[in-house]
Amino acid sequence: MSTAELVNHKPGRNYLLSAVAILSSIVVFVIPFAFIVLTAVKDRQQSADLDFSWPHQFRIVQNFVEVVKARDYMLVIAFINSTILTVASVAGMVVLAAMAGFVLQRRKSRWNPFINFLVLSGLIIPPAVVPTIWVLQKLGLFKTMPGLILIEIAFGLSFCILLFRAFVATIPRELDEAAIIDGAGPLRLFFRVIFPLLRSVIITVVVVQSVNVFNDFVNPLYFLPGDQNATVQLTLYNFSSQFTTQYNLLFMDILLITIPPLIMFLFFNRQIVAGLTSGAIKG
Amino acid sequence: MTITSARVKSRSDATPAASAAGGKVYSPYSFWFYLPTALIYSILFLVPTFASFYYSLTRWSLFESKFIGLDNFVMFFQEPALVKGFTNTLIYAVVTSGSKVVLGLLLAVLLTSRIVGRGYLRSVVFFPVLVSTIGVGLLFQVLMNPERGLINETLSVIGIQGPGWLTDPKWALMSIAAVDVWKGVGLATLIYIAGIVSIPREYMEAARVDGAGSWESFWRIVLPLCKPATVTVIILSLIGGLRSFELIWAMTRGGPGFTSDVISSVIYKQYQAGFYGLSTAGNVILFLLVTAIILPLSWFLNRKEVEM
Repeated sequence: MSTAELVNHKPGRNYLLSAVAILSSIVVFVIPFAFIVLTAVKDRQQSADLDFSWPHQFRIVQNFVEVVKARDYMLVIAFINSTILTVASVAGMVVLAAMAGFVLQRRKSRWNPFINFLVLSGLIIPPAVVPTIWVLQKLGLFKTMPGLILIEIAFGLSFCILLFRAFVATIPRELDEAAIIDGAGPLRLFFRVIFPLLRSVIITVVVVQSVNVFNDFVNPLYFLPGDQNATVQLTLYNFSSQFTTQYNLLFMDILLITIPPLIMFLFFNRQIVAGLTSGAIKG
Repeated sequence: MTITSARVKSRSDATPAASAAGGKVYSPYSFWFYLPTALIYSILFLVPTFASFYYSLTRWSLFESKFIGLDNFVMFFQEPALVKGFTNTLIYAVVTSGSKVVLGLLLAVLLTSRIVGRGYLRSVVFFPVLVSTIGVGLLFQVLMNPERGLINETLSVIGIQGPGWLTDPKWALMSIAAVDVWKGVGLATLIYIAGIVSIPREYMEAARVDGAGSWESFWRIVLPLCKPATVTVIILSLIGGLRSFELIWAMTRGGPGFTSDVISSVIYKQYQAGFYGLSTAGNVILFLLVTAIILPLSWFLNRKEVEM
């Protein structure tokens, strides 16, 4: 029983309210998702009606094969690209942000206010697009996967550092001291003692950021153009030409690229919630 | 923070030699740990941000730039299409942020009360947060189709002639904002749930003993004690709203005409058209807008903390 239950202090469950809530949730949230699934298995003609109806025939396999084959297996390439991008950038974010968050929390120096300010700026300031392209071009990283990975790391670091800093504060300093007395250097102290203790916050960061990077559309659009480099979000535009849209294939594609976040959601619901609400507790 | 640095300073003033030695003394928290982060962050974020201030004052082709003063900014505030983008950004951010605060709080109160199917409701409200924004945009583009879309078909059953949600200039921006709220309200709800759950139960019990009704408890206890959550929701959704691009691009591409353009879509359009200086000026304007709104607001909201 939580606090708000006491707000409407009725002893039993409120069945009328429940019924209304569940009904409206079906109309507002379930029907749109059902619409995706139904349209994804329709044939092309019926899907063009755009209505909410039972499919005349189920073309799950055919639609799936067509989506995968579209434009020379672009979806397969895109899934590979997105996987590389997500894994590499999230791994980078975790290691770098954990190191920075650790030192930021442990070492009090006169630079801390300045560093904190930079971290917050990273959360607030919208990245300048064309100058970033210009920098990438000077480095020879424009239109390359490593370039995009570094970009995702740079834009995601702030959020991760905040989470890591808050978590490191809960690890007792005595542990550090014990390790130092035992002769651990800074690297050993961090990677052998502290890093393993960060496990729960690492899971949170990994889950939240991999959903973010996987769903990212803007950064690949700007910094990694070109069909060969497409990420999954860009494949959504494969099925609409100037004149017609193949709605069944479009929705099959939406369905397919929703699966990875869905899996994350099913397995790591709690970590996602922990990560996203951490700001609310401390204000 | 000031106290710490002041102390460090006074100590170093007192014994410069010791402090010089102290600096060399082995510290387990090495500054080297910042180095990779600092490199990536400065090169790919800080340098472009500072460079944008200069290049927004130029006509720019990535290879050469010609200084033209404030012409880009003048252009930005004279061209009706671009001014529209500016005002739309503000409207969009305020509308989405406001709706997320109100709906998120109501949903959170609902989802922490004793109702059947709480777990299901929480999941279903939150799930859209994780779905690709472009996917959601394209889905609602179909649902909001003026003639055949599900929304207008349903409305016509009860005898209402629905507007062309995305084709009518009067409705386009608000329709996108509504979809943004649909997608994002789950996050606001989640933050509010965390806030409500952390309110000690004794407060509600005491209020009940004192004869407060549910309405009074909500206004006098839940709402004030949820203030940190409210601040988080407002700030996060304002930042998101001011920067929003994907949903607008997926649903209308700023159309019809330029009636649902926002600064971010203007930036993209000018970039595609090759006006890099103008595009960067858009970035600078967005930067100034975001900081001019977020900094004072967060200062103001965080000023008075509720005593617990």
